[in-house]
Amino acid sequence: MIRDITIGQYYPANSILHRTDPRVKLVGTLMFIVSLFLFDTFYGYLMVTLFLASVIKMSKVPFRFIVRGLKAVIVLLLFTVTFNLFLTQGEILWQWGFLKITYEGLRLAGFMAIRLTFLILGSSLMTFTTTPNQLTDGLEKLLRPLNHIKVPVHEIAMMMSIALRFIPILLEETDKIMKAQMARGADFESGGILKRAKSLIPLLVPLFVSAFRRANDLAMAMEARCYRGGNGRTKMKPLKYSKNDYLAYTVLFLYIALVITIRILENHF
Amino acid sequence: MEMIKVKDLTFEYIRRDEDGNVESINTAIDNVNIKVSKGDFIAILGANGSGKSTLAKHINALLYPTKGSVWVNGLNTQEEKNLWDIRQSAGMVFQNPDNQIIAAVVEEDVGFGPENIGIPTNEIWERVEKSLKAVGMLEYRSHSPNKLSGGQKQRVAIAGIMAMKPECIILDEPTAMLDPDGRKEVISTIRELNKKEKVTILLITHHMDEVTSADKVIVMNQGKVVMQGKPREIFSKVDEIKSYRLDVPQVTELAFELKKAGLDLPEGVLTVEELVEAIKQLKKSK
Repeated sequence: MIRDITIGQYYPANSILHRTDPRVKLVGTLMFIVSLFLFDTFYGYLMVTLFLASVIKMSKVPFRFIVRGLKAVIVLLLFTVTFNLFLTQGEILWQWGFLKITYEGLRLAGFMAIRLTFLILGSSLMTFTTTPNQLTDGLEKLLRPLNHIKVPVHEIAMMMSIALRFIPILLEETDKIMKAQMARGADFESGGILKRAKSLIPLLVPLFVSAFRRANDLAMAMEARCYRGGNGRTKMKPLKYSKNDYLAYTVLFLYIALVITIRILENHF
Repeated sequence: MEMIKVKDLTFEYIRRDEDGNVESINTAIDNVNIKVSKGDFIAILGANGSGKSTLAKHINALLYPTKGSVWVNGLNTQEEKNLWDIRQSAGMVFQNPDNQIIAAVVEEDVGFGPENIGIPTNEIWERVEKSLKAVGMLEYRSHSPNKLSGGQKQRVAIAGIMAMKPECIILDEPTAMLDPDGRKEVISTIRELNKKEKVTILLITHHMDEVTSADKVIVMNQGKVVMQGKPREIFSKVDEIKSYRLDVPQVTELAFELKKAGLDLPEGVLTVEELVEAIKQLKKSK
């Protein structure tokens, strides 16, 4: 099941998008998400679709791989669509008992489905083309101004990258503990939800103990290697904008400007 | 000048109850004196609980003496201003390779130490390349550490220390979690660094066969240094070593037993070749 979730995974390839500075991609994703919620007309969405399609094309990530990420959120998607479809008031198109579909509901459900799908596609495209380390580096640099209001930006970024590094190790460990307990007759698979949740307790306790031990060891190893927070630290791979990154920023700003113009025009005519 | 000087070092783990009263005192290190010269390869042997890891942590200023003092490169570990210089000149490799690798890419992990001590970007790249080459892991530079074997991970950890250009590396049971192949890999890497890069090595272990090529062996038991000397001198006293719950290398033990049974063999045989040679001599003389 865990393997099905492609959101947050990195897809190694050599494309313009992979080489783009992570800060550009972070800002770009944010702008894209904003643009999704600005529209409720056909032409607006045509434009968003075109934008997303061309970015996907540039990323060299196979379309099938990207779509697989949607599987994980299909329940949420159906949920939202159903609620929008049946619970919106307006001009009634079809009615059966207390269930009714309105024109407004249909419209809203459609747009909501598109928005959510695009939201997932757009943000997973960012993680497909950016390694977790680049992502945390980008976040650290983008959020640096928050240092002035005493937000420990470097520490948060460091915590994120360490957490990402330890996910596979802890998964492996969970597997090991599970097998060790199954060998002694533990049963994780049968019974109702409550029973299954209870059977996880003897799994979580040793996992937590070991995670704390690892954290302790890691902290000592980091100190032994002279780690003392972000001050006075240099970077092996410092983030530097290239010409392409400035170009990407320009394209992004043009895109968002266009989106806003269309929105204003729609409101007036 | 000595690289490391440990003088009258005593360290106590003090256990307190909830009110802060002393419940029990466990003396982990008891009045230890050690001198290590630059370029030496020193092995510290000891069974579990002999205080050898605690000693190692003192040299890296991760623990401070209860009594006595420790100098690294002429710097006292108890003075706080020396802390980062000491940690830079005496790097430390730990037992579990997974718990000391920080980054998700090999080369970034090796660069972590130099980043911390504020080395300029260009030089970090040079150092990373040089130290990965020194441990023979250059071709894995863009790999994820999760996909490496235990021995390879430990070599990456050693490269991470080397990139800080230390004069001395302390290895705290670096092979305890590895398979025999991984152990060989790591030990030969350490020897190489000692010979080629002239790095002082302090190897802490309980595997006897790893210490036969050391310049000096220190045996610890219950917090005290009980034996000190060249590997040959140490291993000639098989009975004494065994009394500290340690094993001698198989071939040394075989020679020892043969000698006890009446064969005229030299003391402290360390390698199979040596034993073969000695037995040949024995046949000739008959």
